[in-house]
Amino acid sequence: MNFVDYLGNRWDNLLELGVEHALVTALAVAIATVIGVGLGLLTYDRPRLRQLVIATCSVFLTIPSLALFGLFISWLGLGTTPVVTALVMYSLLPIVANTIVGLRGVDPAVVESAQGMGMSRVQRLFRIELPLAWPVILTGMRVSTLLALGIVAIGAYILGPGLGNDIFAGLSRISSPNALNLVLGGTLGVIVLAILFDLLFVLLNRLTTSRGVR
Amino acid sequence: MTGLGGRTKIRLDELTKRFPGQAQPAVQGLSMEIPEGEIVIFVGPSGCGKTTTMKMINRLIEPTSGRIFLDDEDVTRADPDQLRRRIGYVIQQIGLFPHQTIAQNIATVPKLLGWDRRRIADRVDELIGLVGMDPAEYRDRFPKQLSGGQRQRIGVARAMSADPDVMLMDEPFGAIDPITRDRLQNEFLRLQAEIKKTIVFVTHDIDEAIKMGDRIAILREGSQIAQFDTPERILVDPADEFVADFIGRGASLKRLSLSRVRDIALGDWPTVTAGTDLAQARRLLTESDKGSLLLLDAQGVPRGWITGDHLRAATGPIAAGDGLPPAIVRPGATLSDTLNEMLTARYSTAVVLDDDGRYSGVVEIDTINEAIRGMQTAERERLRGQALVDSPFDEADPVEPAR
Ligand SMILES: Nc1ncnc2c1ncn2[C@@H]1O[C@H](COP(=O)(O)OP(=O)(O)OP(=O)(O)O)[C@@H](O)[C@H]1O
Ligand SMILES: [Mg+2]
Repeated sequence: MNFVDYLGNRWDNLLELGVEHALVTALAVAIATVIGVGLGLLTYDRPRLRQLVIATCSVFLTIPSLALFGLFISWLGLGTTPVVTALVMYSLLPIVANTIVGLRGVDPAVVESAQGMGMSRVQRLFRIELPLAWPVILTGMRVSTLLALGIVAIGAYILGPGLGNDIFAGLSRISSPNALNLVLGGTLGVIVLAILFDLLFVLLNRLTTSRGVR
Repeated sequence: MTGLGGRTKIRLDELTKRFPGQAQPAVQGLSMEIPEGEIVIFVGPSGCGKTTTMKMINRLIEPTSGRIFLDDEDVTRADPDQLRRRIGYVIQQIGLFPHQTIAQNIATVPKLLGWDRRRIADRVDELIGLVGMDPAEYRDRFPKQLSGGQRQRIGVARAMSADPDVMLMDEPFGAIDPITRDRLQNEFLRLQAEIKKTIVFVTHDIDEAIKMGDRIAILREGSQIAQFDTPERILVDPADEFVADFIGRGASLKRLSLSRVRDIALGDWPTVTAGTDLAQARRLLTESDKGSLLLLDAQGVPRGWITGDHLRAATGPIAAGDGLPPAIVRPGATLSDTLNEMLTARYSTAVVLDDDGRYSGVVEIDTINEAIRGMQTAERERLRGQALVDSPFDEADPVEPAR
């Protein structure tokens, strides 16, 4: 069967896997955003803590994903939970780092004038600093999303959801006639998702950042 | 010292600030009274503690010791956020919020104070107009869509939004080109004449201090007051060597910035209006002892110099567009501004307008010369007086060389 016929036969299955893949990625990045932005807010003006947090998140990112999934089996078992947990860990660094860079990049004169006008610490953070750091944070989320899309595929190894299932299925019977189509279909699916997410972020950026800082 | 009949608005009592790890305090035991409704300038060399002193007034920097009184109320321990909403604050870098529109920027403090929408919107438009900009055009722009000078104006408008009676301004006109700065200074003085706020104004430019200040505090290292007095007194009678050095050379030229056109007697000049026929204009010119006539339009606004050459070459009655553009000043202009206008326009006469923009008289360069000469005499007398004090036993005049 050539690849086009294969797609024609299996597109509903691919779509289903693709939706799963996207949902898991979105869930993980959402969780990582809450944690990452929170950590960034807490540490951006404390040099020691800041370095500690960045170093820790960097360590997460250096652990090979297969090894991490393997380590999680005894603790979290198989399936979606360990995959999402690992994804959150991998997604943290870009988000934390960009939150810190974004917040530290806010012009001190702007913060000082906000303070000088009587904005409280919290008002300053939510009305001035975060909105100004937001485009940078959004970039971090975008990088994390692309990173996560690739890692979700590997999660199929521990029976996680998504397009990785087709890829691994293909790889495990590499000599069978459909093997190449399976791998190709899964991979193409991930690439399509990456493009769609990218468009989503472009849209999100348009909708959520002020024209004054674009 | 209290104001010229006014009461004290801000009182600093033995204020000291020592930053961690600093050998010398940035501000040491500063006591000062700032009179209501005046512009008080802090001026002094870089690093002498001007900014630190100013920021202690709105507690952006907490004093190490000492107390601050606002309206006789001790605010040293007050809630700083509440305090700051009562005090307008403008910094050199302006610090407009780039993600907010001009209207939102100006609305910051009114929003914090919980004003209703209608009132905020009205106030925003009023303020944009007050700083000489068009509300309809600018309210929805973002800061990056303004020029530097316009941003500076909006910074001032934002500081005035909740009508605070105290404003702190740290080198507010520092980051702009000299021409725009001059214009903003003039506009601000005109505005202050109406609003009469108590203003603490930091600069390291003595010329700006002389121009803007009702009172100047010349500070040295550690925010020690070298002299706190009116610009006139500081120029005429510097307290010590440090102050004299700081004022620098050309003190009498600087004094030109102290006299304004409205304070001197204006000269007359023969005028013609558009439509006057040639014969009459020629007669006017020969009857006067001047080399030209000043052309006014129907509203009395000066339009140009009509010279003898022009009248000889002309064939019909004088038209509205005739003549060479004159140097024009308003009554609020300083003699220094006036001299500048003359030099720029290359005339020895500047035309003075009244408050409605109509011709009211002229200033000639001789008048300004006389003013300078008068000031030099005063300065020489001051020096002579000092020398006499220095050597009280000398019978003869020790300074004046034999002529
Ligand atoms: N946050 C700070 N920490 C430590 N030292 C400081 C701090 N702020 C100011 N200083 C020091 O305090 C002194 C006074 O500083 P300040 O900013 O008040 O000077 P200034 O008179 O405003 O000078 P300039 O004209 O350059 O603005 C300087 O020696 C400066 O180095
Ligand atoms: Mg300063």
